[in-house]
Amino acid sequence: MRLAAVVLACLIAAAAAAPVVAPYAPDRIDLSIRREPPSATHWFGTDELGRDVFARVLYGARVSLAVGLLSAVVAGASGIAIGGVAGYAGGAVDAVLMRATDGFLSVPRLPLLMIAAVVLQPSVPLLIVLIGLAGWMETARVVRAEFGAMRELGFVESARAAGAGHVRVLTHHLLPNAAPAVAVSLTLAVARGILLESALSFFGVGVQPPQASWGNMLYQAQATLATEPWLAIAPGVFIVMTTVAVNVAGDHLASRRSSER
Amino acid sequence: MHAAPGGPLAIYLTNPNVRPEDIERLRRALGLDRPLWQQYWSWLAGFLRGDWGYSFSDGRTVASRILERVPATLELVGVSLACAVALAVPVGIWSAVRRGRWFDRAATIASMGGISLPAFWLGLLLQVVFAIGLGWLPSSGRATPGLNDFADHLRHLVMPASVLAVVLASGWSRYLRGSMIDALRQPFVVATQARGVPPARVVLRHVLRNALGPLVAMVTVDAALLVSGAVVTESVFAWPGLGSLFTEALARRDYTVLMALLMLSSAAVILFNIAADVVHAAIDPRVAA
Repeated sequence: MRLAAVVLACLIAAAAAAPVVAPYAPDRIDLSIRREPPSATHWFGTDELGRDVFARVLYGARVSLAVGLLSAVVAGASGIAIGGVAGYAGGAVDAVLMRATDGFLSVPRLPLLMIAAVVLQPSVPLLIVLIGLAGWMETARVVRAEFGAMRELGFVESARAAGAGHVRVLTHHLLPNAAPAVAVSLTLAVARGILLESALSFFGVGVQPPQASWGNMLYQAQATLATEPWLAIAPGVFIVMTTVAVNVAGDHLASRRSSER
Repeated sequence: MHAAPGGPLAIYLTNPNVRPEDIERLRRALGLDRPLWQQYWSWLAGFLRGDWGYSFSDGRTVASRILERVPATLELVGVSLACAVALAVPVGIWSAVRRGRWFDRAATIASMGGISLPAFWLGLLLQVVFAIGLGWLPSSGRATPGLNDFADHLRHLVMPASVLAVVLASGWSRYLRGSMIDALRQPFVVATQARGVPPARVVLRHVLRNALGPLVAMVTVDAALLVSGAVVTESVFAWPGLGSLFTEALARRDYTVLMALLMLSSAAVILFNIAADVVHAAIDPRVAA
């Protein structure tokens, strides 16, 4: 767990400080050093245009981490809103919202996102919204279950009796109590967002070159896999490192939660 | 979908030999001039009647294009599901029984990696090592053209099936471990042991029976998502199944094929979900009651 936190902190710091840390500009083309294997001057080698892979991985980290974190925010916000209303209201509202959630869950996520990405040709902010909107269902289910279980407890009634409106009960009384469960589902959403972005970019429909993302670096590496395999190693290792660290953190949160009970 | 730049007629727009009035005629013939909701409604009505329309890219029926890809996908999915179950069940059981020991820790790390790994990257890595580096296995396709040989076929299947199996088994073994640990805590375990039932029999017959239900449900649901095509894995290995059909249709803006595939996979998920409930109830009578 501690290791995962350190890895995540380092990644975020390196991504934020990319202009300082990176030894070269990510889009500096130098045709005299094309396709060089990793060396002391170019740690991860260079690509087909002589760009430094290490610099591109660092700048790619900005995109990938931003997409992962912010799409989880979008997914979390919509999931909390939908699941919260369903769990608190119960009855017919709950039934309709939960059937809608089931419906969205039945559509395979990646293919749907790929179609949306082809149609909309999204910029990075739009990509974040799309990936977020494709991932609200899990959080909605968790929040609904938590709110539904708490609805009948005394503190909701006493808050209502003290004059709190429905919105206030939802945001000030129920949500803080559901926070641990929501946190677990949000960490999972971060990892999922990073994986979805990399998959979309890997198929050429996500983040568009020349902007670097881990996924589109792998997309470009695929063509020259036989001669320059190092192009495929570095971005992949970073994706795995990040998602493992996020998942370990989520696991830790989940197990701490279950041991409290 | 039609908002996409390009669109099915885009290739004709840049062709000097095609006159504008011909494009207009084609547009009317294909129904592309009608409002979107009319297009969608007539498509949906046709779909439910079994008329899935024609592929925009080569004029053949959508049904025949999809059907010809089904065997490849079923083969890949069947083999990888079997491998994943064969891997996940023993690992899950052993990790739960020897909880916290070295095997459990190793399995935890491995499955964490498997869950976090993008399938396409694992595929690329395997290609680098086994196809390019060692030259043991073919990097893509389902068979060497012109060669109808079982061994050759099998060699093509190894890498895509391993990728899917690893990814699936990682999630499942974690899940089984969790439900096994829950089942092991229950009082009936001590009671059975006290009756003198051998430990292996307690675990395999009594505890496993309690823990297996949720896993079977999960396997069934995952299988449904795979039937719609393991899009990523099939594309990386150019496996000629439904997943590659999807990416090909996407590249050509072949809406009729895309819509049919999405509709079919959603239907598969719903059907398999119902099947999962039925199977779960059959294994564990408590669920049915």
